[in-house]
Amino acid sequence: MGYTSRRLVFVEKVQRMADHGQLATFGITELEAQHALDRLNVRDVDYADLYFESRVSESVSMEEGLVKRAAKSISQGVGVRATAGEKTGFAYSDELTKRDLELAADTARYIAHSPKGDRAVPVPAQRRPTRDLYPIERAKADVATPERVSLLNEIDAEARRYDPRIKNVMASFNTEYKIVAVATSDGTLVGDVQPLSRLQITCIAEENGNRQVGSFGGGGRVGFEFYRENNRHLDYAREAAREAILNLSAVDAPAGAMPVVLAGGWPGILLHEAIGHGLEADFNRKKTSAFSNLIGKRVASDVCTIVDDGTLPFRRGSLNMDDEGTPTGCTTLIENGILRGYITDKLNARLMGIALTGNGRRESYQSVVLPRMTNTFMLAGESDPQDIIRSVKRGLYAVSFGGGQVDITNGKFVFSASEAYLIEDGKVTKPVKGATLIGNGPEILTKVSMVGHDLKLDNGIGTCGKDGQSVPVGVGLPTIKIDEITVGGTQG
Amino acid sequence: MDSVSKERAERSIAAGNGGYAQLAADVLTCAKQCGATEADIVVADGETFSVQVRVGAVDRLTKAREKRLGLRVFVGKRSATTSTSDFSKASLDRLVSETCTLAKAVVEDPVSGLPEASELAGDRPDLDLYDETVLGPETQIDWAKRGESAAFSADSRVTNSEGAEFDSSSGRVVLANSHGFVGSYQSSSFSLSVSPIATEAETGAMQRDAWYEVQHKFARLASAESIGQEAARRAVRRLGARRVATKRVPIVFDQETAGSLLANLCSAVSGYGLYKRASFLLDQLGHTVASDRITVYDDGRMAGGLGSRPFDGEGVATRKNTIVERGVLKNYLLDTYSGRKLGLPSTGNASRSVGESPSVGPTNFYLVPGVKTPEEIIGSVKEGLYLTEVIGFGINMVTGDYSRGACGFWIENGELAFPVEEITIAGNLKQMLKDIEMVGSDLVFRGRIASPTLKISEMMVAGN
Repeated sequence: MGYTSRRLVFVEKVQRMADHGQLATFGITELEAQHALDRLNVRDVDYADLYFESRVSESVSMEEGLVKRAAKSISQGVGVRATAGEKTGFAYSDELTKRDLELAADTARYIAHSPKGDRAVPVPAQRRPTRDLYPIERAKADVATPERVSLLNEIDAEARRYDPRIKNVMASFNTEYKIVAVATSDGTLVGDVQPLSRLQITCIAEENGNRQVGSFGGGGRVGFEFYRENNRHLDYAREAAREAILNLSAVDAPAGAMPVVLAGGWPGILLHEAIGHGLEADFNRKKTSAFSNLIGKRVASDVCTIVDDGTLPFRRGSLNMDDEGTPTGCTTLIENGILRGYITDKLNARLMGIALTGNGRRESYQSVVLPRMTNTFMLAGESDPQDIIRSVKRGLYAVSFGGGQVDITNGKFVFSASEAYLIEDGKVTKPVKGATLIGNGPEILTKVSMVGHDLKLDNGIGTCGKDGQSVPVGVGLPTIKIDEITVGGTQG
Repeated sequence: MDSVSKERAERSIAAGNGGYAQLAADVLTCAKQCGATEADIVVADGETFSVQVRVGAVDRLTKAREKRLGLRVFVGKRSATTSTSDFSKASLDRLVSETCTLAKAVVEDPVSGLPEASELAGDRPDLDLYDETVLGPETQIDWAKRGESAAFSADSRVTNSEGAEFDSSSGRVVLANSHGFVGSYQSSSFSLSVSPIATEAETGAMQRDAWYEVQHKFARLASAESIGQEAARRAVRRLGARRVATKRVPIVFDQETAGSLLANLCSAVSGYGLYKRASFLLDQLGHTVASDRITVYDDGRMAGGLGSRPFDGEGVATRKNTIVERGVLKNYLLDTYSGRKLGLPSTGNASRSVGESPSVGPTNFYLVPGVKTPEEIIGSVKEGLYLTEVIGFGINMVTGDYSRGACGFWIENGELAFPVEEITIAGNLKQMLKDIEMVGSDLVFRGRIASPTLKISEMMVAGN
């Protein structure tokens, strides 16, 4: 397909990778990797790894009906790490020569201060990920810019057609193509090719001086054809326009503690903030999480079962392997209300003596590995969503959210509704303006009294930030009822 | 010589001393040959060394050296932006031709283009941004350990720690464009942050807080001990926090939270939000947008300032701009593009991350202090909230609607009575700016945006 002349040599290397070894992509041999790992082989070092990464990111964006901007960024480098007990030595370089690897290795082993170890470091043996959750042909993923431009133009037209009060449409289409290879001191060498894309649309509606905003988007580890499938891009455009128009008639949100019904899908951000971060192993090893020492204890009502699953095909939060080369899995965090487990990376699993869950992730070769979520969601329950709404006399029905945040240590979390309605006498009535909801992580899920049978995963827009590192994640939720949570509106 | 090692040899030549100006000139020439009518290029490189200690032991050492090149080309009125970390000639030649191809794929934008040559910085003031001090690992480890240890010693209720981190970095930026502009500056940064955890003995409930300082010059950094002690004070004072009943009350924003409010004003006056009609301060130039106690400047040339730089991300000279004067909106923050969209000249506020086209950002954006001490301001409140932290993203820049998670202290009869948490504060930024009825005397620059303590006459607090 298309326009090979536009391709970089780098991308041609990708094609070769299928035939040769992953390290060849980076101009490094197995022996050079082994040599660098051997420099890290001093007595107190428990573990060392090299993380090679190449990434091409592209974006096109539109505003005022014009696709004005196109950008492309290319980066590659290596992160070198050694761990000794709780200590981590880490160095990275955007040069990939043997000498750069050695320098990075010398920096990383500085933490150990110890003489040369006597164990031999094996030459890493090549293996392939055991599955392919995002089998996208590069040829299909790599569509020409003009096709992306048309996609955005059609979105603009559709949003404006939806309602003449839509006065501006901003849309962007971003893709990333990442190739990684991990070589470890325990002798493994494994690589992955990780595509990712996202379409995001924001509409501004204006009527008699009242201006409102609506947003919608989606994506995943999918190719360009995903967005045109059944005109998905036009659905997104109408959704963003609908939310903006709806907010034109929104009334002030209520203030205070009240019952809240969360719709399925993206409102699963509740789980990500309220419990997900608090169950990352690093905070629990350090005993700085509000969930420390709560394994086996009740932290949710018995209708709640929550998992973190990195193995769902094509999902934004999914990975064939994590950034330490561990295959991702499905980890039960909470089972019928009881806290079952943490999500781990190698360092924390080793120090805590608990299972490795394949959640060691990093933003890039420039970042250290941390235990991070993949796709975090609550399993479906048995209630009819309509019955859930009917059970509320006065409360809030929240359908869509902006971002959220949590204080791991005291457990307080927030997430901000961008589309919400009042529930009055069991019926969804007026739309209300956005409001922040605030609660306490270890407590909030004990107030979940009904769980719908309508589990939905989000559309693929989530990015999680931790210690300054951003990684793509997914969330999901069936319709649920929280008996009481504080709603931060303006009307008392 | 195979092609890979040949590229590497060229790369090491390019990285030699002063090589970036020549590299930039070569790329600009190549861009012209590929059909670019105008172009600019930014090259940034730097080194960082970071130390984290936790509970008295080294937790992590990180060392890195990086470099990046960003290219923006204009083919007539069409433009595209690219970036790479590979400086080999072959790679850069490909990048230039790619960028020109990309530019040809987007539509013409009548106002796109470089700044006028006359707007580019002609002078190169020394803004005191660089310190050649290089700290060894042991010094940095010592600073971090002393900071954390001071937090543990300050109060027996400090029982755990998220750690202390000492970072040092230095780097330079070179910017060149097809008008013949070539500018560069060096800067460095030294910072210490300490994040202790306090525990309430009876309940086991934990609270975390942090304190930090950043300076361009190592010698200006406050002592590790003073930073650790302040971090401990902040964590311990949160113990025993509870919710309060939902009600409307006055709110006193401390320096940190007032700074976040000022950051919201900064976004609202940014040119990109304005021409997209996505700001709550549309069409307000020359109008009253805040209380007459409010005057705000953005000063790009404050000596040693954390947001200072001799020229902005497009080479335009930085300066001191009046943003709000006694409540009246005087200037937006603009780069060339957003300025042209609004029919105004750039204010020297182009902010440029290497791989992206410019956007707008503050330099040193601050609110002029008043005369009241923070104690006097708290003393003026019969019942209200002293706000010390806001969390979450509940701000709608299009409408100004504001709803955020909050914690702080409840004020009773002019005194801090008890810590509060798990509450929200809500209002609308348009009204909040007008409702600022007291401005503190306590302006301290701890980042690019700085505000003294502020009091807002009334907002909704939601709790029980």
